[in-house]
Amino acid sequence: MSDAPAMGTCDEGLEMLFEARFPARADRLKLVRGSMWAAARMCGFSDSMAQNIVLAVDEACQNIIVHGYKGREKGEILLSVLRTSEALHVRLRDFAPIVDPKSIRPRALDDVKPGKLGSYFIREIMDSADYQPSPDGTGNLLEMIKRMEGAPW
Amino acid sequence: MVNNPANQEPNVIRLKGDIDLEHSPGVRKSLLSAVQREGTLFVDLSDVTYIDSSGIACLVEALQVARADGSDLGLVSVSMQAMRVLELARLDMVFPIHDDLDAALSAKT
Repeated sequence: MSDAPAMGTCDEGLEMLFEARFPARADRLKLVRGSMWAAARMCGFSDSMAQNIVLAVDEACQNIIVHGYKGREKGEILLSVLRTSEALHVRLRDFAPIVDPKSIRPRALDDVKPGKLGSYFIREIMDSADYQPSPDGTGNLLEMIKRMEGAPW
Repeated sequence: MVNNPANQEPNVIRLKGDIDLEHSPGVRKSLLSAVQREGTLFVDLSDVTYIDSSGIACLVEALQVARADGSDLGLVSVSMQAMRVLELARLDMVFPIHDDLDAALSAKT
């Protein structure tokens, strides 16, 4: 018997829904949104919450494209979408320069200016969004968690 | 993403589809150019299927340019998807929002 996890599971007790590796380009985000919406619906989130989760993941990808890779065309993003019985886990791995999480500040809501809304949307929609150590110490790994509706936390 | 039928009021811009990072630079250009040309502007969002922070930023910037010039920017027939994001950003209290174009034009006069 192999000790390897069965297909569709991983060693942290999380079930893998899908993984996608894609170029860090604005014109690829529509593909991500479609897959992310389907995954959120599969987890039982309502249509409007699934759309909010899509927005949060889209904004996190945009942060990587605009601020991480700074628009350079050769960047890549690895998206992993997993779940437990209680929560959806979305991991975004990039290979851009390491981000100082303290440098990311959502705008104050009474500060009506263009920009900086993306980080606010992520914090508002997801239950948590935290940078984790990347597997090899390069780039960044952002993990966002959204508790299933009705699940205890 | 920006659609202005020939028979439409000149100060109405209709956005359609996804107003996202890919398309917001073009939307921004169209909105700023229309605000500078027309003054008060109405933006019809009935056919917007998705809007993100970059799209919202275009609307906020155009609103600020309009108001700095003594004009205004109103949103018309806002789709459910767009309204959800405006409410999330709590900008539904910042923009004048009209149910339809008739209501917008009568509010203007």
